[in-house]
Amino acid sequence: MSEQPILEVKNLKQYFKVSRKFTVKAVDGISFKIMPGQTYGLVGESGSGKSTTGRSIIRLYKPTDGEVIFNGKNISGQMTKEELKLLRTKMQMIFQDPMACLNPRRKVMDIIAEGLDIHKEYKTEQEREQKVYDMLELVGLSKEHANRYPHQFSGGQRQRIGIARALVMRPQLVIADEAISALDVSIQAQVVNLMKKIQKKTNTAYLFIAHDLSMVKYISDHIGVLHLGHLVETGTTDEIFNNPIHPYTKSLLSAIPEPNPRVEKTRKSQSYDYETSGIDYHKGTEHHVEGTHYVLATDEEFAQWTK
Amino acid sequence: MEQQRERILKIRNLNISFKTGNGKVNAVRGVNLDLYKGETIAIVGESGSGKSVTTKAVMGLLANNGNIDSGMIEYHWNDEYTGEPKTVDICQLSEKELQSEIRGRKIAMVFQDPMTSLNPTMTIGKQIMEPMIYHYKKSKKEAYEKALELLELVGITDAEKRMKNYPHQLSGGMRQRIVIAIALSCDPYVLICDEPTTALDVTIQAKILELIQDIQKKKQLSVIYITHDLGVVAKVADYVNVMYAGKIVETGTIDEIFYDPRHPYTWGLLSSMPDLDTDDDVLYTIPGSPPNLSHEVQGDAFAPRNEFALNIDFKEEPPMFEVPGSKSHKVASWLMHPNAPKVEMPESLKKRLQKMKEKGDAKE
Repeated sequence: MSEQPILEVKNLKQYFKVSRKFTVKAVDGISFKIMPGQTYGLVGESGSGKSTTGRSIIRLYKPTDGEVIFNGKNISGQMTKEELKLLRTKMQMIFQDPMACLNPRRKVMDIIAEGLDIHKEYKTEQEREQKVYDMLELVGLSKEHANRYPHQFSGGQRQRIGIARALVMRPQLVIADEAISALDVSIQAQVVNLMKKIQKKTNTAYLFIAHDLSMVKYISDHIGVLHLGHLVETGTTDEIFNNPIHPYTKSLLSAIPEPNPRVEKTRKSQSYDYETSGIDYHKGTEHHVEGTHYVLATDEEFAQWTK
Repeated sequence: MEQQRERILKIRNLNISFKTGNGKVNAVRGVNLDLYKGETIAIVGESGSGKSVTTKAVMGLLANNGNIDSGMIEYHWNDEYTGEPKTVDICQLSEKELQSEIRGRKIAMVFQDPMTSLNPTMTIGKQIMEPMIYHYKKSKKEAYEKALELLELVGITDAEKRMKNYPHQLSGGMRQRIVIAIALSCDPYVLICDEPTTALDVTIQAKILELIQDIQKKKQLSVIYITHDLGVVAKVADYVNVMYAGKIVETGTIDEIFYDPRHPYTWGLLSSMPDLDTDDDVLYTIPGSPPNLSHEVQGDAFAPRNEFALNIDFKEEPPMFEVPGSKSHKVASWLMHPNAPKVEMPESLKKRLQKMKEKGDAKE
């Protein structure tokens, strides 16, 4: 792979100081790469730091330590004006709750064009309109929708507006933070199909943050399993799903409910408790399994798990 | 299994409408539902299909602009003292009777979001004790002891310490356990779970579902699940009702619905599930969007989205057809009419169900 990664995260740390004595280490030294046109799925339970990771990358937080390299430029520290502009235009985010993330008092037209307005990406009013219309069409809505307000749409349609707003800037990377968790199954499928279709057309890379593993499997090329701020296992989707090594990954996979009553009735999920398992993430180092598959473990643990 | 099944809840021809600024919305259109003791039924459907509204009517919790136009919800129980069977129509009860007799005491509900259903300004101990003191006039001490028992039942360790905690000090999974404990505090016969695990992540979801199943066995509860997650349904339900646009379009045992679905909408639902074994490039989606229920629905509500729709589907509403050879399996689709052309489910779904069946048989 001689291609340059679109995003490279190196040893990213994000701490939150709660009080003088107590700091929450939400993300504690994680590293991964995303190639152009690919989807990286970040999974983990609530509180594992997956949303924090996304937010640190797009600089809604200032990272405590580590490097975030986007398009060959380091964006984790102080940025110049051009770098900031690059970040704000070429990296976009789709949020979880499509109702809460759209301004209820603005029309869809203005919501989608807001980024264009700020960065003055058009010359005439007509060009602005055309860009919004093109976007609406791309996400499967029609021109007439541009003059409506968010409350006039259903959940799935609102999420499409959120996607249109992110994509209108022609970003190279989109961070989708639980973008489909709040939607119905049949609408989830619609949105995921749409995101895949757009990816084929525009070669956008996605960082897909979710806890629903069955959807993640479907959309991602690579997966990173996050637990307590540590990336415990990374690899391609096949590697993770066919050969999970880390006990946490195994418990996550075993918890996915299968739509098959006879299998499901007898199945018990494996539980995994960090405190009683005796595993210390700080002691572990990355161990290579095969291909791009890595596990965080100490030497003994690795020998034991791969037996 | 030829045991006498004891019916607890009987809903017949329930119609519910809401008055809105844009006219009357018929949210529930003629629902029939039966619930027997110790059994679990699931209601599946898209958002807006009326599944929550149906159960809210059972609890007498409809919004102010909602109205039960017709139908009945019969609740059967044995009197606590004399043991004689009694029946009451929930639709006819006054608000006062509902509050003192039904809600909480006989039928309890677990809501989707555990953060909004708990009071953030009260300790959880107080919140668990409150219904017992209200409904059964228990003394504080008695209620306290029962609350401790309940907390242990729902798998919370250090119960005594937790009683003094506030909701914000607990994690999402813990909070949902508390909500379940509150629901169980008055020993209800029916537990309604409205998307109990949608707000939780998978590992905790599995634990909560196993907990509810466990308690159900111990207390002989009847449970109604409302969900759009077919994985959850597969895990917990005995009977499944598929709802679309305010009507139940297919009902049957879990095996009948999952391995032998007959309604095109159920086919669509099953096909759109992402499944860990499939590698198709595009997920199946049901074309179009659900109908606007503020307009009168002509014929079958699903017809415009149905690729197998017949001419009659656009004119006349299909009745419930019984699937030959089964007592429980019923389908509201003209395709089931003896004179209808024979339509098979899509080939890909057929293959998938076959695979599922084989996998299930291998496990047994």
